[in-house]
Formats: sequence, structure tokens, C-alpha cells
Amino acid sequence: MTTLTDSIERPRPGEQPVNDFPAYTSTHKRAPKRPALAIAHTLTEATGPAFGTDVSAPSTADLTRHGAGEALGQRIIVAGRVLEGDGRPVGNTLLELWQANAAGRYVHEADQHDAPLDPNFLGAGHTLTDSEGNFRFLTILPGAYPWRNSYNAWRPAHIHFSVFGRSVAARLVTQMYFPGDPLLALDPIYNSIADRDARERLISRYDPELSEAEYALGYRFDIVLRGRNATPLGL
Amino acid sequence: MSNLTSSQTVGPFFKFALNHESWNDLTSGGAPGERIRIVGRVVDGDGTGVPDAMLEIWQADASGNYAPGPAFRGFGRANTDEDGRFEFVTVRPGAVAGSGPGLVQAPHIALTVFARGLLHHLITRVYFGDRADDNARDPVLTSIADPAVRATLIASREPASEQAAPGGPPVFRFDVILQGERETAFFDV
Repeated sequence: MTTLTDSIERPRPGEQPVNDFPAYTSTHKRAPKRPALAIAHTLTEATGPAFGTDVSAPSTADLTRHGAGEALGQRIIVAGRVLEGDGRPVGNTLLELWQANAAGRYVHEADQHDAPLDPNFLGAGHTLTDSEGNFRFLTILPGAYPWRNSYNAWRPAHIHFSVFGRSVAARLVTQMYFPGDPLLALDPIYNSIADRDARERLISRYDPELSEAEYALGYRFDIVLRGRNATPLGL
Repeated sequence: MSNLTSSQTVGPFFKFALNHESWNDLTSGGAPGERIRIVGRVVDGDGTGVPDAMLEIWQADASGNYAPGPAFRGFGRANTDEDGRFEFVTVRPGAVAGSGPGLVQAPHIALTVFARGLLHHLITRVYFGDRADDNARDPVLTSIADPAVRATLIASREPASEQAAPGGPPVFRFDVILQGERETAFFDV
């Protein structure tokens, strides 16, 4: 194994979930049984797509104004930065998010949860981070919802994020949670991350400075992606 | 070592947010190169099609360069249908520089798979069955000892009768087998 293998920062043990995690029943027929093969990073892994305003426009960073009226539920501001491990911002990267509405229902044909849809809430948005890696969405606090992983199981309230970063190796899809949610301790998806600190970094932080008086609560969520190591691969 | 953000599953309910009909066609910018279609199916450990998977590809242009631009983004996304089927239309990538002096990688496409039940996305590579000589020298393929595992990374060129239109782009088949004896080789990158 050469130093080239680590041209992109690697996660530490326990920081990323393993797919073979039986408590999450959907893994049973879908998780590969063979261990993934470690390969040296090449240009293929160390490069990645770029997105411009052709993709991001029109901005859908305000999810509360999808329909004719205003979405129902607690308005929240979700803001943060996309960074690389060494703290460098990831500017102009595509960030997509999606979520259930305040009642815990997704605008998705397969979601059969008996909770109301909100004609004024789609629950999907995207934006490019600014040059300093900042993003900001206005949305609605998502509701918890039941799922059939086990009897009477409920997903904690969460917002899904998809982020690209600067390389294919940095690609991340994750979920952001909310502080103080009693469902977190019971949730196999959340608990699939072995490292407790890593798990807790998926919980957003209530930020009174971000809240807007008489309008919306602010939650801060930073996303840290794998960056290049100090010894790059002479690309 | 820093504090990286952990992955979580894409879940079952993402299509309404992440589906862009046109993103599975990488040729709309008019990129030069040989047009190809890549078709396949994502199946689970029972051999059942996975209807709620999302696939993303990343590839070099026809000259073997990773140089995304308006003519060729190099990136594509497709969702599976109710039978787990997916399709990309793209240009055949050129050979790409390897990770050391003098090393050349056979033409290939990086393929990422997201689905409910996958807590972390899977990463694999699509190589081309009609480039056997290049494949035999590829550093990643040759690092895999078991020929049966290696074979899971080779897209087979379909007979001309499988083409959507006579004289149309060649069709390559690449199935993603998540689990089981013929499980696709996935990479830890």
C-alpha cells in the first residue's frame, strides 16, 4: 500500500456506518456480504462533478412558499457550512435536502402514512453553497413518522441532505436530527454509527443567534466532507 | 484526523426531491465521442429488482480527461424503475491516467448506488467488455485476484438486436447485484 491510497482523507473507524447492520431490517437483503475492496485513489476518485447556476436556479432555499399559501408547522431556519476536514470551506457545491412535512408525511407516492399532506409544502429544496461554504434554508420542522422496521417504530424527526463536495470520494448523503429527540436512542439508522461523537454530530444545534424574532427558530448544522490530505497525489 | 460527517441512508422517499429526468443523458451538451447506452438492473439478495435505488455516474470524457464543462458534465444520475432497471446515455470515456508514473487505467465509469437499506452508498466501476486488452492491464481490475469477482465489473456489449434503433449507440449491460454469490465488487475508496 502506498501513500497514494490516502490522497483523500479517510474516515476514522466507527465514524461511518457499516451496511451490514441487522437492526435495520432493510439491510437484510440489500447489504453486500463481501467486504468492500480498498483501492488506491486515482483521478477517478479524487475528482468530481461541478454544478453551476444552471442546476441551482431557481433557488428553492425557501421551502415554506411552495404553494399558493404558506406551509403549516413550526418555521425553522437551517443554516451551516460545508467544510473539508481541515476546515477549508467547500464553496459553490450543490446541496439538496428533502423531508417530511410537519405531520410526518412525505410528498411521495409510496408514503402511505395516514397523516395529512400539505398542499403548500413539497419538502424539497436545493442550493449552491456560497464561496465560504455557507448555506441557509427556511423550512418547516418535520414531524416524526412510523415505519415498519419493528412494531411501533418511529423515525426521529430528520432532514435528508445530499452534498457533493470536491471529489467523488467526498460524496455524502446523510440525515440531520434535532436536539432532545427521545426517538434518537431507539432509532437503528441513527445508531448504525458506532462512534458516539460522530453520531451526535448529526444532531443540529439550536442557535438563538440564528432564530428570527417573531418568525422562525434557528438550527445550525455543519457538514464536514473528506478533503485532500496534506500530501496530495501530484495531480 | 478530523471530524467527518457520517453517512445515513437515502431512505425510500427521495425521488420527489432528487429526480431530474434529464440527468441520465450526458450527451445533451453535444460532447464529442462515441455515444453509448448503459442499461442494467439493481437486484437484491433474492434476485428481486430494487425499485427505489438511485445511481450516479462520474466519468472522463472521450479523451480521458476529467474536465467537466457545459459540453460534457461527466456526471449523471438515474433512478431505478419498479423492476430495478436503469439507463444512462453517455459517451465512451477514454483511458485515464493511473495513480503512479506510467500507469494507465482502462476506460471506466465510477458508479455510486444509493438505496433504502444502504446506510452508506456503494461505489463500483463499470468497465467495457469490448476493451479486453485495456482491461487486462488495468491496475484496479488486476488487483482483484478472483476472476469471477473481476467479471462483475465488466459491462457486456449487447448484440446489435438489443439496440433501441438500428445503427443506434451500442448498448452495454451492467447489473448491480447487491448481495449473493454473484455480488458486484464494491470499493472502499
